[in-house]
Amino acid sequence: MDDLVFLSRLQFAITTVYHFLFVPLTIGLGLFVAIWETMAYKSGNSEDERIARFWGRLFLLNFAAGVVTGIVQEFQFGMNWSEYSRFVGDVFGVPLAIEALLAFFVESTFLGLWIFGRTLLPKGVHLACIWLVFAASCISAFWILVANSFMQNPVGYVFNNGRAEMTDFLAVISNPYFLHQFPHVISASICTAAFFILGISAWKIRRCSQDSALFERTFKAALFMGLIGVAAVLFSGHLQGQSVAKLQPMKLAAMENLKETANPAPLSILPGIEMPAMLSVMVHNVPRGEVKGMEDLQKAFEYRYGPGNYTPPVWISYISFRVMVGCSLVMLFFIFYGMFWFIYLKRNMHKKILLLMVMGISLPYLANTAGWLIAETGRQPWIVYGLMPTDKAVSVGVSSGSVIFSMAAFSVIYIILAVIIFLLMRREVYRGYVEKRITRKNNAIAV
Amino acid sequence: MSLEALWFVLIAVLWVGFFFLEGFDFGVGILQFFLGKNERERGTYIYSIGPHWDGNEVWLLTAGGAIFAAFPFWYATLFSALYLPFVILLLALIVRGVCFEIRHRANFPKVRFVCDIALALGSFLPALLAGVAMANLVIGIPIENGNFTGTFFDLVTPYALFGGALGFFLFLTNGALFLTLKIEGELQERAYRFSKIAVVITVILFAIATVWLWRYSIICVLSLVLILAAMLLVLRNYLKTAFVLVALCTACSVAALFYAMFPNVLVSSISPDQNLTIWNCASSAYTLKLMSIVAAIFVPVILAYQIWSYYVFRKRISPRNANIEE
Repeated sequence: MDDLVFLSRLQFAITTVYHFLFVPLTIGLGLFVAIWETMAYKSGNSEDERIARFWGRLFLLNFAAGVVTGIVQEFQFGMNWSEYSRFVGDVFGVPLAIEALLAFFVESTFLGLWIFGRTLLPKGVHLACIWLVFAASCISAFWILVANSFMQNPVGYVFNNGRAEMTDFLAVISNPYFLHQFPHVISASICTAAFFILGISAWKIRRCSQDSALFERTFKAALFMGLIGVAAVLFSGHLQGQSVAKLQPMKLAAMENLKETANPAPLSILPGIEMPAMLSVMVHNVPRGEVKGMEDLQKAFEYRYGPGNYTPPVWISYISFRVMVGCSLVMLFFIFYGMFWFIYLKRNMHKKILLLMVMGISLPYLANTAGWLIAETGRQPWIVYGLMPTDKAVSVGVSSGSVIFSMAAFSVIYIILAVIIFLLMRREVYRGYVEKRITRKNNAIAV
Repeated sequence: MSLEALWFVLIAVLWVGFFFLEGFDFGVGILQFFLGKNERERGTYIYSIGPHWDGNEVWLLTAGGAIFAAFPFWYATLFSALYLPFVILLLALIVRGVCFEIRHRANFPKVRFVCDIALALGSFLPALLAGVAMANLVIGIPIENGNFTGTFFDLVTPYALFGGALGFFLFLTNGALFLTLKIEGELQERAYRFSKIAVVITVILFAIATVWLWRYSIICVLSLVLILAAMLLVLRNYLKTAFVLVALCTACSVAALFYAMFPNVLVSSISPDQNLTIWNCASSAYTLKLMSIVAAIFVPVILAYQIWSYYVFRKRISPRNANIEE
């Protein structure tokens, strides 16, 4: 039984973290491609169009991986978490179904029109297609985060017939947890795309490819995008932290490894290094104010829900939080550095240091993954905060062996998929802005 | 009609959409490998569903999501009971979806060949599994207190395999007819020749099924009549009408299955008291009402733009014009 819970959680973690490697880039790069297509539409400039097409090709590869890994998400609640699905389906199923109706249909249909309809559709309609795809990916994020927010902070329901039943749809979609989480995820998506574009542009500039001038343009645009993105991600993250302090104090205490309640509370930078009163500043905006520690919170939970362990795995939350914030700050440094290089050094010096930018692509991915680890493990032992414990939520009819099989199968397919997507992206990057592909004789449908 | 019954019908409609649209989609995915003699020809066949396959697949996702929202107990029991078949289905759909994207980007003949095999396999497995699953739903599976108590092999009965074969050949017929309407020249001829064989086999299977399922549902007789009519039209080369009739036959068959189940949504082979019905599975009245409003607004919109997208790509395809301009 414990095995089954552990295996089901591990499988969910693998499939979801993997899926979310592609999601933020789909949103952020979708916006970038849509903007550049709009510029090409307005100016009629062939350079703009080449830029839009190049990044569009990378967008499509990433999008395909996001779509196929997303199919698993729609079904695994029922497959592995049937008790959970029974308990919250009345509330949780709604945003999922709405997501399919409002977002998936638009995304898939208009992406098909955008890819295959370039010569068939009027230019304005073709442009509208990519904007619809981008809008749909945001709508998709909206509904899935509404669903996740219900797990973090259940609202708008009553406990009835042994399950949670929805009573107030507006309360569900204006969940305070959601209102802070949505902007944070969207700004993280902008950051992801910005660093993806920065890294690839830097690599092309460094190689002095024939299209350096065009890559300098995207480099500059991505710097701007990254500046906005990182600023927004830090600001929205700060607000979300404050909201977590109110809604899920245990999660905050675990993120900070704060054992005892403190006033003023110090902020832990790394183990052993603390900034006095800084945590109180982060939570209350002033250097005083109480922040509850894990011991007191554990007692409060025991008092309310009976004996048990209500403390999440602290080390995951603590390390992940430092990785997330650390990566964001390094990203901010990279942006300033890139601006300095671009404006002050007149683009001609220190080209080797552009390599740093290439490595910088990993930063938002690390931060995104760490962020979700905090959000999901910090909620433990609850699957729905304060309502349903995770170990009561699994499908009891599914054997551990089946889960091991499915986990192994998904992992193998996902690894192969990652390699293929990486190789194809690398090919596209090598090819750059060149339009016609060198085709081997007779073997290809000319692309 | 009660809200529960309304959602039962609506979910049946979503499955009709899935079986019809993914039907020709899977059919083409399988047929490209057998009808296309070289890479270029296979590419032409695949191109015919290029703009549409993803939108078709969303019907499956939406059917899943709608079951979750309207009948959470059904969703929970169905997907955990058929765990391994669904794992296989998901793996097949992942492989299939990726292959569409890889195929036209890879310049190596070997990679393309592997993609074509994977596409055929990734279309074949779901086509077979869909029929197996549907057959099991009607006859019942071992469930007790909402949990599956059987093994994988309880699902693979001769009856279920027959259902799989029936679905498979219906999909092949559907796919072949779709190709006769979308492709031109020699490749179209080949698809036409194959559609004649496929439709005859499908009619035979349907005849057996009708004898078998007679006591469950009278509607399956209508399916048989429709597919028979479709066969006659195919043999006389009235392909558009035949395609419409096959679509109607698909709709009728799914309707027959759902009608046979009603008001059960999951029949327990252990005891009738263990059956899941639309009454003991449904969401609250509030949720059902909310979802009804959402569906009433958005389903017509979805239908409109999906039909429009088929209209945009109405032009027949030949190896000459089957390429993506990126």
